[in-house]
Amino acid sequence: MSRRRVVITGVGVVAPGGIGSKDFWQLLTEGRTATRRISFFDPSPFRSQVAAEADFDAELLGLTPHQIRRMDRAAQFAVVAAREAMADSGLEFEGLEPHRTGVTIGSAVGATTGLDQEYRTVSDGGRLDLVDHSYAVPHLYNYLVPSSFAAEVALAAGAEGPCTVVSTGCTSGLDAVGHAAELIREGSADIMIAGATDAPISPITVACFDAIKATTPSNDSPESASRPFDDRRNGFVLGEGSAVFVLEELGAARRRGAHVRAEIAGYATRSNAYHMTGLRADGREMAEAIRVAMDEAEIGPEAIDYVNAHGSGTRQNDRHETAAVKRSLGAHAYRTPMSSIKSMVGHSLGAIGSIEIAASVLAIEHDVVPPTANLHVPDPECDLDYVPLTAREWPTDTVLTVGSGFGGFQSAMVLTSARGGAPGGRTL
Amino acid sequence: MPGTAFTLEALKRILLEGAGASEDVDLDGDILDTDFEALGYESLALLETGGRIEREFGIALDDSALTVARTPRALIEVVNAHLSTTPAA
Amino acid sequence: MAVRSDARVVVTGLGIAAPNGLGSAGYWDATRRGVHGIGRIARFDPASYPATLAGEIDGFAAEELLPGRLIPQTDRVTRLALVSTDWAFEDAGVRPEEFPEFDMGVVTASSSGGFEFGQGELQNLWSRGGAYVSAYQSFAWFYAVNSGQISIRNGMRGPSGVVVSDQAGGLDAVAQARRQIRKGTRLVVSGGMDASICPWGWVGLLASRRLSTSTDPARAYLPFDGAAHGHVPGEGGALLVLEDLDSARERGAPQVYGEIAGYGATFDPAPGTGREPGLRKAIEVALDDAGLAPGDIDVVFADGAAVPELDRVEAEAIGKVFGPRGVPVTVPKAMTGRLCSGAAALDLATACLAMRDGVIPPTPHVTPADTYDLDLVGARPRTAQVRAALVLARGYGGFNSAVVVRACDR
Repeated sequence: MSRRRVVITGVGVVAPGGIGSKDFWQLLTEGRTATRRISFFDPSPFRSQVAAEADFDAELLGLTPHQIRRMDRAAQFAVVAAREAMADSGLEFEGLEPHRTGVTIGSAVGATTGLDQEYRTVSDGGRLDLVDHSYAVPHLYNYLVPSSFAAEVALAAGAEGPCTVVSTGCTSGLDAVGHAAELIREGSADIMIAGATDAPISPITVACFDAIKATTPSNDSPESASRPFDDRRNGFVLGEGSAVFVLEELGAARRRGAHVRAEIAGYATRSNAYHMTGLRADGREMAEAIRVAMDEAEIGPEAIDYVNAHGSGTRQNDRHETAAVKRSLGAHAYRTPMSSIKSMVGHSLGAIGSIEIAASVLAIEHDVVPPTANLHVPDPECDLDYVPLTAREWPTDTVLTVGSGFGGFQSAMVLTSARGGAPGGRTL
Repeated sequence: MPGTAFTLEALKRILLEGAGASEDVDLDGDILDTDFEALGYESLALLETGGRIEREFGIALDDSALTVARTPRALIEVVNAHLSTTPAA
Repeated sequence: MAVRSDARVVVTGLGIAAPNGLGSAGYWDATRRGVHGIGRIARFDPASYPATLAGEIDGFAAEELLPGRLIPQTDRVTRLALVSTDWAFEDAGVRPEEFPEFDMGVVTASSSGGFEFGQGELQNLWSRGGAYVSAYQSFAWFYAVNSGQISIRNGMRGPSGVVVSDQAGGLDAVAQARRQIRKGTRLVVSGGMDASICPWGWVGLLASRRLSTSTDPARAYLPFDGAAHGHVPGEGGALLVLEDLDSARERGAPQVYGEIAGYGATFDPAPGTGREPGLRKAIEVALDDAGLAPGDIDVVFADGAAVPELDRVEAEAIGKVFGPRGVPVTVPKAMTGRLCSGAAALDLATACLAMRDGVIPPTPHVTPADTYDLDLVGARPRTAQVRAALVLARGYGGFNSAVVVRACDR
């Protein structure tokens, strides 16, 4: 019996510089950046004062005042992205068997923005050790335990199947979609609403990355502060957003005449077991994740047309990742365009992996690979083709997208067009 | 505590508070010229240590200070250089 | 990669940290005797809060059990998870350094991460300024911290993961671990741990409006009792060593507690749809996955919310599958309080011990309401051969998970 194949039939995006996948793709292909001086609070006390903020009006986007009240910003993003994905899929959710539809939402830091605000209130600005419950918002539990994000999406979709939040730091967005694909493949669900969300632009997040100098101090030039693979890079730019997908089993999608946007052909995750924040230069564990993901997709390195990089713009990440891609793709790494959209939309922690899957799906559809913005001065140790500054028309059938995060998580996913034959020469 | 000199004793105290100590290292031994890495302190521990020194002594270390100063002696010198140029508040 | 969807995944090691016992021997000894670990909160003065009881772990000396370098960068929950993992490996007779590094993974459940650490850093931020926030804050509080630290400490480079589905998460993590083993990883450490008994965590828990406000430890958490009026939160959980059965036998594992034979998960329908809550479906899916009939199940470890409406839903689900008083039901978490993501992992570990010793642990202090028609194992343990157990867990907001663990003939 051939294994069940999993395809993406709906895409929804909330990103800095563009709500909705159309605006998002336009931003990327024009090579514009959505990074700016932080406007959500006064960033002047902080080392890094730059972020990629989304201009997000929950009410305008159709959430009710009650929903807005009970949901952290990240949950609001996820529901809006999920709605776009569901509409895009053309699925009639009403008629489905609810237990066969599940939800997997990734998030690295949950309701951290809501928790930061609420803590400030109940502690009277940090004065109280014994914080005062009588000032707490009624829905504080939804912030405490971020499984509420998956619950909100499940309610929006009427899903009653397996439902969870995946929280593996900055690979959450890849791992959540990978997890959902596995549930369909093994037969635990037929449809999964899967993606990731994070809204971490709050004082506590900015302060915690300041403390380890992981974010950029390039406050004078917010628009060009995110510089993956550039020799002048000096840390990542915090971002926010969400991308959510409708995943289906290929046969069922074809039978209903769905517009199949891409296939999730392979996925794997490995741990570096090295350090909570540090990376070893050799990229070995990420290379192993890439190798296993390609194995699962039944393809070799030569089949990869484009690498959607993690490319956070920290000194060590970009070298680590370059090493991992060379290690896993060999000579083909030098022939393959590889770019980081974090140069434009920042690093939205757990969400970015899903946002990068969305970029990968769009690259496949348009045969265009997005650029790495702000890449003017190459780092001699990062010597691959990072598609500097301008998007490139490029026949793109198969994309490798990778992620790397605190905790040592390294993940990789292979996406292919579901045009024509299956990867690895299998017949449909 | 601007105006105060930064000593090995102060560094050891701050290391212990902020990063603990490795079981196979004797911080009371002759450690002045031992690499922090050999003492069991990696970049994260040094960032925490640097942050604590900055707060306690009211100075701002350069981003590179902690990567350049690889031993207690070097770090103590860097901190004291800052202290001598920082007017007592 | 050899994907074997029929590979048998077994529990070979237990690491337990619970309010009524540290280490599986101490915990099991207390639990089978009905000794609870609930009391007035000692870690902070709870007098200003409407709920004052919790299941706290006493006598956990992390400094003696973990490297000194780990202490400043870890929340209590991570220390508990690291030590429990050490115990689980020891129990399983596994020395991780002797295992191929890509053959080991770790999948944990979390619900609120290192919340006490987070409270300290939020306090630093808002009372003193951003420069006072710790270099460890970027990971010490987040949900992935336990999986990350466990993998680092033990050199585990295989697939790892973290799930958050409130109290259901402990079972969802184990299901994900089983999935990874079936995809070819030999060993996965899995389970859940939580420890958010700090003022800021307490305020978050209070917002669930499900906490018992009783001040009597023996009357505070009474699942399925007519006097049920909410639960007592606790800290702790369990980490389990899961392995491919063939691999465990090949290396001569000292014991095989049982097989993770079935799993099912559902989410409750939106309020107002009139549809049945999802728990029964989760049970049926788990039984079907295990290839067992209801009659094959010897005991149900119930979720036991102790909120009357939720108790009714659970009793009905059990009744529909097993018939009225059709199966022994127990809620040993009445002795520990509800441990969030640690609860179901601990129940699973307890089920393993019940199978080993032929003892169903009690549900102390509870007199089940007749309306539920449950065969509740009350104040005294029950001697019974346990060949298969069903563990149920529900998470706030509508999460339902069920796992069937089955004895494994050697």
